[in-house]
Amino acid sequence: MAKLILQRLAFLLLVIWSASTIIFFVPRMSSRNAIRERFAELARTGGFAPADLEAIISSMEQQFGLDRPLIEQYWVYLGNILRMDFGYSLSRYPATVTDLIVQALPWTIGLLIVTTILAFLIGNFLGAIAAWPRAPRWARGMATPFVLLTGVPPVIMGVLLLFFVGFRLKLLPLGGAYSIGTVPSLTWEFALDMLRHQVLPAMALVLGSVGGWVLSMRGMGITIQGEDYVTFAEHKGLTPGRIFRDYYLRNTLLPQMTAFALALGTIVTSAIVVEAIFSLPGIGTALNNAIRANDFPVIYGIVLFITIAVATIMVAMEFVYPLLDPRIKPQT
Amino acid sequence: MTMTAPHPVAALEAAAPVQPSRLSMLARYLRRNVSLSVGLFMLLMLVAFTVIGYIVIDPRHAYPMAAIPRQPPSAQYLLGTDFFGRDLHAALVVGMWQTAAIGLLAGGIGTIIGIVLGFTSAYFGGWTDTGIRSVCQILTPIPVLLIQIVIAGSLDKRYVTVMTMAWIIVLLAWMWPTLVIRAQVLTMKERQFVAVAKLSGVSDFGIIFKEILPNLLPFIAAAFVGQVFAAVFASFYLAVLGLGPLREPLLGNIIWSAQSQGAFFNGWWWWPIAPTVAMILILGSLALINMGLDELANPRVRKTE
Repeated sequence: MAKLILQRLAFLLLVIWSASTIIFFVPRMSSRNAIRERFAELARTGGFAPADLEAIISSMEQQFGLDRPLIEQYWVYLGNILRMDFGYSLSRYPATVTDLIVQALPWTIGLLIVTTILAFLIGNFLGAIAAWPRAPRWARGMATPFVLLTGVPPVIMGVLLLFFVGFRLKLLPLGGAYSIGTVPSLTWEFALDMLRHQVLPAMALVLGSVGGWVLSMRGMGITIQGEDYVTFAEHKGLTPGRIFRDYYLRNTLLPQMTAFALALGTIVTSAIVVEAIFSLPGIGTALNNAIRANDFPVIYGIVLFITIAVATIMVAMEFVYPLLDPRIKPQT
Repeated sequence: MTMTAPHPVAALEAAAPVQPSRLSMLARYLRRNVSLSVGLFMLLMLVAFTVIGYIVIDPRHAYPMAAIPRQPPSAQYLLGTDFFGRDLHAALVVGMWQTAAIGLLAGGIGTIIGIVLGFTSAYFGGWTDTGIRSVCQILTPIPVLLIQIVIAGSLDKRYVTVMTMAWIIVLLAWMWPTLVIRAQVLTMKERQFVAVAKLSGVSDFGIIFKEILPNLLPFIAAAFVGQVFAAVFASFYLAVLGLGPLREPLLGNIIWSAQSQGAFFNGWWWWPIAPTVAMILILGSLALINMGLDELANPRVRKTE
């Protein structure tokens, strides 16, 4: 077991190292100079005399260590990554990238947990019913509309929901964290107002991903029906409820969890893009603002942070499988 | 897309006493494979829209200040115009053409890299295999879109073109086809006809190109469509985040600029809706074709109904 943990930890470090290396070298291969662009813009808008521009830039480059040899910068960078230090934001200096991530993260995690769990549960349940021959016809048909929506990415679903629910029916707000003009406060009205703004993005994410779970669950459910142990359980006289729960759901849990681990990257990126489209507070909007403001440290910091988080969860999931299926022994 | 002699057709052809024409066999197969035929039909309609559009419409109207801004759909502007004075009908025609270019280019190159690496890895084995497989495995947990954001974000906006978008996507889009094709070659390598060819002294390249590759064509077609889908998806996401070539009327760009200008808040609903519907049709048709090709490539994945 200890050997396995070490092995997977080494793999995780390798993944993080590759991602950080790509993120370190790609921007340095481009001709853009983030600091120069930033200060040139400030000079244009009249912050200071343009004559001082070169002096400011070279002093900033010295401060960030950009004048040192590339390989030295790389080592410092890797050390910083290990300490989760992603540097300063250019557009919101002196805030650090970590500050911005910490501010935005709870929103994204909240949205992700709620929508992912909802989509996973609804999808697997509907998929299991769709494959279950004893289920009434209407219950089996409930999965069909979701299956038709499978190819539609959550962002597109978001725009459609904005149009039909937000714009046409005027039931829910068109975006933002809370209504314009309200002051954030710890009251029930404000909490409710905030929740109302989260409903459409959450719906977009759930509707966009339920279909995938339905399809894979239904496929597996149909395969399991042909298995001898299900026939045997039926002949033993077990109740349909028992067979459904212990023979059906239990056996599909592991492959579905594996599929979940593999889909994690897509799930997170979809949530980020949906947040950006709805301008909800969260990592997605932070990233979107950074892209608009050419705030490179924030873009790279957020990307690296999410990569590390996703890779870590994916590796950690491998240790959950033996708990779900006792037949799996951790392999070294 | 013409399918040259897919297996079920060939098998049916051999069994039929009176040989019907190729075309009618194809029609008969398409009638059985509903998702493939519906997907192909949708794709044909989209191609027709783009091609006819290019003939009817002046592509310059797809760019800012070509029409009266903020007009709702009317007889003159079928899909309305946006805040910057683009005719959205023209913008969709040009945008779909560019989406197709990115998808075909990035999907095609990604598939070719996948074929080369997959074959090398599986057929020669050893250290090459270990190396290629490890690189794929290490890159797989990294969310591709995020790395693409970094690459697209580091580029100078003035130089970002539709072609740049395609290259950004290709850079990280070859792992999946490599692994898929590698797995298929591995099983194919152990078949008897390959052993017979080897014993008869056929060279490695002869076996790869004459024995294994033709048998993998349905898989390669499926992988290609999957890659095109992924490339269209990736370019759309990058553009929705404002990382596309901002002047071009890419579908994602139109949605990005509509959201930036608060199109729904201001009541210009047609602006984001037109590219959204177009995107649903494109991705939907590709997904259906992919499902249909899966069935063709893998007869064991029969319809579960």
